[in-house]
Amino acid sequence: MVTPVLVSGDGTLVYNGGPVSATVPAVRDEAIDTTGDARGSFSLAGVSVAYGKDLVIEGVDMHIPPQAVTALIGPSGCGKSTLLRCLNRMNDELGNVHIGGTITLDGQSIMGKAMDPVELRMRVGQVFQRPNPFPMSIYDNVAYGPRTQGVRRRGELDGLVEESLKGAALWEEVKKSLKKHAFELSGGQQQRLCIARALATKPEVILMDEPASALDPISTQQIEDTIAELKSSVTIVIVTHNMQQAARISDRTAFMLRESLEEPAHLVEIGDTKKMFTNPDDERTESYITGRFG
Amino acid sequence: MTTPSTPSSGRRLGRTTTRRAAEAVVRAIIYLCGWMAIIILGAIAVFLMWNSLRAVQEAGLVTMLTGTAWYPTSSPGKFGMLPLILGSLFVTGVALAVCVPVGVAAAVFISEFSGRLVKEVMKSIIEFMAAVPSVVYGLIGVAVLIPFVRQFFGLDTGMTALTGGIVLGIMSIPTVISISEDALHAVPAELRQGSAALGNTRWQTTFKVTIPAASSGIFAAVMLGLGRAIGETMAVLMLTGNAAVMPTSIFESVRTMTGTIAAEMGEVVQGGLHYSVLFAVGLVLFTITFAINLAADLVLERQRKRWRR
Repeated sequence: MVTPVLVSGDGTLVYNGGPVSATVPAVRDEAIDTTGDARGSFSLAGVSVAYGKDLVIEGVDMHIPPQAVTALIGPSGCGKSTLLRCLNRMNDELGNVHIGGTITLDGQSIMGKAMDPVELRMRVGQVFQRPNPFPMSIYDNVAYGPRTQGVRRRGELDGLVEESLKGAALWEEVKKSLKKHAFELSGGQQQRLCIARALATKPEVILMDEPASALDPISTQQIEDTIAELKSSVTIVIVTHNMQQAARISDRTAFMLRESLEEPAHLVEIGDTKKMFTNPDDERTESYITGRFG
Repeated sequence: MTTPSTPSSGRRLGRTTTRRAAEAVVRAIIYLCGWMAIIILGAIAVFLMWNSLRAVQEAGLVTMLTGTAWYPTSSPGKFGMLPLILGSLFVTGVALAVCVPVGVAAAVFISEFSGRLVKEVMKSIIEFMAAVPSVVYGLIGVAVLIPFVRQFFGLDTGMTALTGGIVLGIMSIPTVISISEDALHAVPAELRQGSAALGNTRWQTTFKVTIPAASSGIFAAVMLGLGRAIGETMAVLMLTGNAAVMPTSIFESVRTMTGTIAAEMGEVVQGGLHYSVLFAVGLVLFTITFAINLAADLVLERQRKRWRR
């Protein structure tokens, strides 16, 4: 049940005497060498995650291309959200989480002391499952991130707030009531406000953890439209339970699976969304996508 | 449930009636218990008003509230409550200056920065702190704080509003900590995560999101701490010197409203004017604490509504 995991001195996970990534056959990701000049691309190599001594994800190799939507799919408990939280080090907040392997953002390691998580999170924003606006006005919610970064000038803030709200397709609905309390907005509007809030820090990447799962179909549609608009300027990584959603909005899809409670989750297959949904290489992917399990 | 239609169901009918009656009795008792708090509160208010009637008639309400001389045993007695009211306010002000910063900071530490073990241990200790009898705090104040205040500030006496206020503040800290901690704890974790995900440190998140989100709860905590401080009797009686004169600074001896009632009640003629005036003092105190608690409650209710999305 409990997989023996040790964290060696340099932060890599050691498992049964060897580095974790060496114990599993890596899933090849053909896109891994396509790093261009564009900002906001992630490369993961042999990424493993342990909660305490419990290894939950093992040996993920993955490339997340810039300015595209990458969807993480898989059944509940397959580590999608955990993997997503590795990308902005939000697992650090949970405590007792160990991450092995290497993750680089635009070629720069984001692991351990190589990257300050606070700085990383200004570059990699996140939108959560449930809308979580702060208890303040619409304007102050959007201006929150820039203010943290030291933007004080009113004109500059006004510009950022407008630009971000437009980016999240919320501007037209709230431009006359920016002073209104954020809690007065509907659930879908609140979630778009959270997207605007994430955009305001000018991130390279936005991580979305089932951003539409708490919303009605119309709000979901609006969020999906927003994502389609956004991908020309930012990289988007989205976790979703909804396979139709993954097929509609993503360019690439990664399928993760935890085959039993005794073993950690791993990446089964990653590829272009079209191919993944029409002609996947792995039969487990096909079974999942056609609804045979999960 | 039972429809008695045939003669043979006579016994069942009887039983149903008994059961109905029992139910009515139980319901009446529960209703009474529920209303008891309100009845008692109302009774206290009426009782205080009834007993202070003579004071209002003979000494006059305005004269009592604005009078600056408290000589209840001279003849005719002077019943100016202002020195007592100010005494209470001075002591309470010092108490607030002690308990608010310490209590809120401790609550922030416990809620936002301590590990689970530290949190549990601290919360138990704080509960224990609230259970220490006030006379024990008073004793420690007499033994330690009175000489310290006298020497440190170079005063003639260490029995001052400051001394009483410091001890009252320490006594109010548990109230402030536990209510503030509850308020901070009630802030959804998603808000903290949202702030962290925007590149804020834990301190920035605490000051910019968590404390503002919990502000009305923290305010209520302060109000309840205030209520505790203003109503406390024993420690202030032991520490403030009990001089019923108009205070001009916190470095002077003062007499609080509570202290006056406790100290003088044993010496008055029951039903006499002085007796009635002491009830009037109690009525003023009751009104002040009632208003404070009511305000705190309204604020808490507003907070509760705000989180209901």
